Amino acid sequence: MVQPSSPHVVAGGSAGRVMLLVGAGTLPGLLALLWHFGTGVLVQVALCMLFGLLVESLFLLARARPLLPTLRDYSALLSGLLLGLSIPPLAPWWVSAVDMLFAVGVAKQLYGGLGSNLFNPAMIGYVVLLISFPVQMTQWLPAAGVEGAQHVEFMEALQLVFAGTTGAGSAVDAYTMATPLDVVRANRLTLTQEELLSLAPFHDALSIGWTWVNTGFLAGGLFLLWRRLTSWHAPLGMLASLALLAFLFHAHDPDRFASPLIHLFSGATMFGAFFIATDPVSCATSARGRLYFGIGVGVLLYVIRTWGSYPDAIAFAVLLMNLCAPLLDQYTIPRAYGHGRTRKTSP
Amino acid sequence: MNLLARMPRWGVHPAENKAQSTARPIRQAPMPAQLILPMQQHIGAPAEAVVATGDRVLGGQVIAEASGFVSARVHAPTSGTVTSIVEHAVPHPSGLSEPCILITPDGLDEKLAPQPLPAYQQLEPAIVLEHIRNSGITGLGGAGFPTAVKLGSVRDAKIEYLLLNGVECEPYITADDRLMTERASQVVGGALVLAHLVRPQHTVLVVEDNKPDAIAALRLACQGTAAEVRVIPTRYPSGGEKQTIQIVTGREVPHGGIPADIGVVCTNVGTAAAVHRAVVDGEPLVSRIVTLTGNALAEPGNFEVLLGTPIRELLATCAMDATNLDRLIMGGPMMGFALPSPELPVIKTTNCILASAPGELPAAGPEQPCIRCGLCAEACPAALLPQQLLWYARANEFERAEKHHLFDCIECGACAYVCPSNIPLVQYYRYAKGEIRHAEQERIKAERSRERFEFRTERLAREEAEKEARRLERREAAKRKAAGKADPDAAPATAGTSPEVQAAVERVRQRKAAQADDGSQES
Repeated sequence: MVQPSSPHVVAGGSAGRVMLLVGAGTLPGLLALLWHFGTGVLVQVALCMLFGLLVESLFLLARARPLLPTLRDYSALLSGLLLGLSIPPLAPWWVSAVDMLFAVGVAKQLYGGLGSNLFNPAMIGYVVLLISFPVQMTQWLPAAGVEGAQHVEFMEALQLVFAGTTGAGSAVDAYTMATPLDVVRANRLTLTQEELLSLAPFHDALSIGWTWVNTGFLAGGLFLLWRRLTSWHAPLGMLASLALLAFLFHAHDPDRFASPLIHLFSGATMFGAFFIATDPVSCATSARGRLYFGIGVGVLLYVIRTWGSYPDAIAFAVLLMNLCAPLLDQYTIPRAYGHGRTRKTSP
Repeated sequence: MNLLARMPRWGVHPAENKAQSTARPIRQAPMPAQLILPMQQHIGAPAEAVVATGDRVLGGQVIAEASGFVSARVHAPTSGTVTSIVEHAVPHPSGLSEPCILITPDGLDEKLAPQPLPAYQQLEPAIVLEHIRNSGITGLGGAGFPTAVKLGSVRDAKIEYLLLNGVECEPYITADDRLMTERASQVVGGALVLAHLVRPQHTVLVVEDNKPDAIAALRLACQGTAAEVRVIPTRYPSGGEKQTIQIVTGREVPHGGIPADIGVVCTNVGTAAAVHRAVVDGEPLVSRIVTLTGNALAEPGNFEVLLGTPIRELLATCAMDATNLDRLIMGGPMMGFALPSPELPVIKTTNCILASAPGELPAAGPEQPCIRCGLCAEACPAALLPQQLLWYARANEFERAEKHHLFDCIECGACAYVCPSNIPLVQYYRYAKGEIRHAEQERIKAERSRERFEFRTERLAREEAEKEARRLERREAAKRKAAGKADPDAAPATAGTSPEVQAAVERVRQRKAAQADDGSQES
């Protein structure tokens, strides 16, 4: 007869199941990316997931840890999926490899594995590449429907990723174009917002393609909230602070500052809000802490987008807030039952 | 009062598994061959045996007397012979043995004449309280705190709510459910006795909405009385005293305080029924209702069981298939503890025996790293951060754990229940609490040693000083003696100092004093 201690029943969830469901949450966004940016997205996602498993296995072997229990928490696969969605669809294959080495190998395994990492692994991988290989990391394709956009077939995408050129000899940069946020950043001093929005990647004050991608990730994020896989605090804090800042500056000077809509529905905003800022391991842990964490990400995101030298800044904003998470935890301990604010009946 | 607005957000919904044991009414368990009555079935000091081996006892006779203010009497459940007073294994998570009185029933079931308090409404509360104390009643819902002590601690506090806790949120357990359904008038009657003692503005019977029969029976029994029924949503652990109070009144028992501090007294419905039996029927607490359930039992159900009945005999009554037994748990699956053997007795706090079959309570999967998902924090009824407490317990950072209110953890297990990484969180907290208590005891011990050491040092110094003083005195005496001997003109030594010498000494002294005066005037 066994004698374990209470509780003797558990709900029977698993960390792996959480990861799989979060992965499933990216599907609408993934489909939108596929639709607008071609099959290169799939190639990158597959590559990153593959490298993720590979790097995780190698590091586990080096650390003399059993492989299967860790591989089955699917965290490496999820990191691969998230990174695959972040990097340009036609980036060379070694970009994914270096990405995953830093994401899973350095940022996660060297810190002690899942649960012990201070920083969001996917964003560490992303930032290492952004700083080391800025050209490869900023060569985004234009969304289908943008003037001058070319359709990339699956075989072409494969050739571009692995060989750098297609069979016909055209290189990656023949296909790429500035993203809407690049355009906003590059022209912020010379063009008014109205003139900006008349440029190629925009349509009716929204960025073509990216609006759908962001809507997709928003839908996936709502799925996560509905299944209670993540709390609403970080996403709401981030989106609200970003929208508020954008609204204030846009209202103050609509010619110089992009509208809240552009900020909310361009670049990696929704992806970052629901799939990056919500990483529970590197986020603050109390509900209030997560709200502050999200607000911090939103503010930093706006500041870097508007005055920094990078067009998008989810990775920097999240990593900077990861640094603050332990401090937030220290100052946002919830009021426990029976502490403070107690009512006494007066005699 | 808007209940939905007040319902806090914590809690979990484990499978209820209550239907197995509610199908049949309460049955009387057969008279066992032997009764094992531990001296400690309650929180506080153990009772002291007042019978001796070989004594014949009658049902209702006091066999052990309360040994302090926080203690409770033990009565003989039936007539029989005290066969021995020995150390016997008792149902406690530690698995320890404690002194027990063993009685062999004679089957006659002779009882002392009942001693009710008719018309208790006209009596001083102190008299009724004393009667409850003498009836050996302790809380039957959880920890077993002596009821008279609990009611006595209310003193002059103004009580707004008397809550009768019939929530019974633990899965599998239905003892209170059946009691409220079948003996609603006893429960309500007990509630009215308690109301006479604490004089609340509201007497509220609190029941979860998964017990429609009990609710209907209680409502009927409450008609024409000051008591009322409040139905709350089914959710674990709403039945915890602090949680029930929070749900019904919106108030929180202050840290380190008691419910009376916020104008509330909360008692289990089974305790209320026992109070009714004691005051109205004049019978002390010698039996209780126990749920026997789990897939290892062919005939589960609820039984009226004499205290001290060996669990093995109850399992036999329910036709247990021993080959199909996986775990034997006293209490429910969320907070109960596994019993090492069925040779243990039913005591005042035994509300359920769960005999599970293999696969019924599947073991948690392998422990995975904490991903700080926060599900535990959402489930925690004490609004703690279990994920942080885990971190501090693992790292032995007990100061931080205390700062995160570790000792407000009620060990309900909701956190471990929801944890997707299968971390046995409650075990970590028990470990941390144990270490902190141990360190505190060590500190007190060290403090005492230090005091003893300082006292000893001081005593030695004092003795040394006294010795020195005596030595000096002796030296002075010796000197004086020597001075007396050295005087050549001295008369016989025994004659002391001669008058001439005394006069000479006097003269010298006066001269010296005069010189000193002059000197002081000159300067």
